[in-house]
Amino acid sequence: MTELERHSYDVVVIGAGGSGLRAAIAAHDSGARTAVICKSLLGKAHTVMAEGGIAAAMGNVYEEDNWKVHFRDTMRGGKLLNHWRMAELHAREAPERVWELEQWGALFDRTPDGLISQRDFGGHRYARLAHVGDRTGLEMIRTLQQRAVSLGIDVFMECTVTNLLKDGDRIAGAFGYWRESGRFVVFETPAIVLATGGIGKSWKVTSNSWEYTGDGHALALRAGATLLNMEFVQFHPTGMVWPPSVRGLLVTESVRGDGGVLRNSEGRRFMFDYIPEFFKAETADTEEEADRWYTDKRNNRRPPELLPRDEVARAINAEIKAGRGSPHGGVYLDIATRRTADYIQKRLPSMYHQFLELAQVDITKEPMEIGPTCHYVMGGVEVDPDTAMSTLTGLYAAGEVAGGMHGANRLGGNSLSDLLVFGRRAGEYAARYATGLGAGRPVVSDAEIDASAAEALAPFAIDGGENPYTVHQELQAVMQDLVGIIRNEGELESALEKIAALRDRIKAVTVEGHRQYNPGWHLALDLRNMLLVSESVARAAMERKESRGGHTRDDYPMTDYDFWGKINLIVELDSSGAVGIRHQPLPEPPPELAALLEEQH
Amino acid sequence: MTYDLKLRIWRGDSSGGELVDFSVPVDDGEVVLDAVHRVQAVAAGDLAVRWNCKAGKCGSCSAEVNGRPRLMCMSRLSDFPQGEPIVITPMRTFPVIRDLVTDVSFNFQKAQLVPAFTPSAEQPQAPFRMQQVDVERSQEFRKCIECFLCQNVCHVIRDHEENKEAFSGPRFFIRYSELDMHPNDGLDRKALVQDERGLGLCNITKCCTEVCPEHIKITDNAIIPMKERVVDVKYDPVRFFRRRAARR
Repeated sequence: MTELERHSYDVVVIGAGGSGLRAAIAAHDSGARTAVICKSLLGKAHTVMAEGGIAAAMGNVYEEDNWKVHFRDTMRGGKLLNHWRMAELHAREAPERVWELEQWGALFDRTPDGLISQRDFGGHRYARLAHVGDRTGLEMIRTLQQRAVSLGIDVFMECTVTNLLKDGDRIAGAFGYWRESGRFVVFETPAIVLATGGIGKSWKVTSNSWEYTGDGHALALRAGATLLNMEFVQFHPTGMVWPPSVRGLLVTESVRGDGGVLRNSEGRRFMFDYIPEFFKAETADTEEEADRWYTDKRNNRRPPELLPRDEVARAINAEIKAGRGSPHGGVYLDIATRRTADYIQKRLPSMYHQFLELAQVDITKEPMEIGPTCHYVMGGVEVDPDTAMSTLTGLYAAGEVAGGMHGANRLGGNSLSDLLVFGRRAGEYAARYATGLGAGRPVVSDAEIDASAAEALAPFAIDGGENPYTVHQELQAVMQDLVGIIRNEGELESALEKIAALRDRIKAVTVEGHRQYNPGWHLALDLRNMLLVSESVARAAMERKESRGGHTRDDYPMTDYDFWGKINLIVELDSSGAVGIRHQPLPEPPPELAALLEEQH
Repeated sequence: MTYDLKLRIWRGDSSGGELVDFSVPVDDGEVVLDAVHRVQAVAAGDLAVRWNCKAGKCGSCSAEVNGRPRLMCMSRLSDFPQGEPIVITPMRTFPVIRDLVTDVSFNFQKAQLVPAFTPSAEQPQAPFRMQQVDVERSQEFRKCIECFLCQNVCHVIRDHEENKEAFSGPRFFIRYSELDMHPNDGLDRKALVQDERGLGLCNITKCCTEVCPEHIKITDNAIIPMKERVVDVKYDPVRFFRRRAARR
């Protein structure tokens, strides 16, 4: 290869959302020469879409709150399949990470005492989410972005990594292209932090942006690392359902945290009919008690609208299937009859704006129509909890792309805190590894670079092949219809057959035009990742014969604590590149932490 | 209801380009960005456009629609006259890369010039105590999604390339204002924003405020108060003599 652009760093972070920027700041602060690569412009990552808040047991609103309660809530919300150590680190370190944002200029909403205000969210015992109206993600990404810029960290914007490069069994670098010019670029680096977010763009109804094509998951798999529990995909209970243009767009859980309730076409608050045994002791069973809880949490239990997301999404799905849905195939989310217009506009300005401008619905006067939308993947790269390193030396992962932290279901608000806690850890440990290597740094091979370039250019070589947009739409339909909220063996089998057929078809995808800023080409390359990750999800979903959190099988409706409750499913590629699944025991928490899980509240 | 929509989209690169006609099926309730995506999917797979959230939160899909700078994801097709083609062109103030994508690096360069938030000597370490009423003014400016439409429409730079060097633009005037109004910031950037960042070049025509998709009152709440405070400092007689003394 002639004239190839090359850069050399100690740590390269792929992704510039919350975890990527936090990792880059940590790596920089640990003395590593650090770069961030992102597919979009800086500050546009999916983190800006996060609305509700950052979960952290600071105890600003309820002094009874502490990391132990947060740990318990997280583990129970994850149906006990979380890696206990990640849940522990997360609960312990989240408050420090939030204060750090304040130190860097973030302006959270305040309590009357002038401290960071905290709001209620599903599955959290106490009001715990540090927030800024309903645009917390924007505040977080702006704060981190401004911090990273002021530290002078190098940012490669609109640059996409297509392959990780190795030297033996260690990371040696990354290969990618500039969107603007289509030219290739190689990063020579012993340590890579994957911070690429999720996989939701493979579903039709999704809250995720075009960037969410599972790049990090696929890069890790192809490089020989493992993925964990990919069957767990979160469908957020409240996405917009109408107009079609915005179907899937997120409606923040804060609507319910701030008093909104769910009703069916008969006007019934149906969530009272769906309180599972697992959460009975901590959930209100009358509307009166539920309504009192907003102002008195000590003497009342949480409204069932604030059950964890998997429970609420399944309930909504069941109501719609039973014919009690709204005209556009959702149910009603009503805050208009429960709070004043002034309160709603103050607490939920973006939601007010979003519904008024996109659906012509005034949420201070009318209920919203909502339904489940693909939102988050709990599964991800298998990592060591303390260092965030994957099973491949030099490869780290943090945020949504990493697995284990959230078990079978993530609680709202735990994502932003996850990004900060494990972003920082990944950056710090990656820097420590890279700067400790001395002369023994891995070297990028020309053969791998040539192979990566050939692979990336393949779509231009084919004439008269398929349109990548068509293949993408078909994949979205397969995942939506056959690997959605409710699954069964027959549908999963059919999904796997269709995914296999699509994998053959993408080999013949054609791209028109040239390499300069060509979205058709970019999609053709992203499709490889989407298909690999979709197959991983479907295979893991086929393997886990129980229902738990973000994985519901109508042929195995029960949660099985004796067998499946102790199993992690590991996804890996064999030497031929085929997706394989194996069982691995779930690490058990030490007795003092296990005891916390038993506590009844 | 599905109907055929006529679009005229600017296609080209830094060497030049032209409006190209497209006709694609669209549905009621769709937005301009949906129509552009349909063009990509069925007629021009390589049509370059930036977008991310499609919800008015990331500020990526800025363009000029029928001559008016706006976010394509927040522009409902039903708001345009039926039967007439919708004309989409890239933001004019920034150099074109390809089709609707422009080189907005100007903004990232200006961002690098902002002296970061610096906690005051009174409260050097978070957690800080700050009242809601005191953080609200800065919070308005932190709603900014960096769509750069205000930069695009600002005629200090829209038709005057030569001003770009010395002018940071409305997006950054609200950033400086935000820091200035932060209850716990300890740095004074007033002279900097006036003398080095071109605040004085702004003649408050409010074009930026008009196009802001977040409805931030850029001119009234940030630029004018900032200009006033700059004046207070500059023409405060005590500070004036102190400055003169310092120069000697």
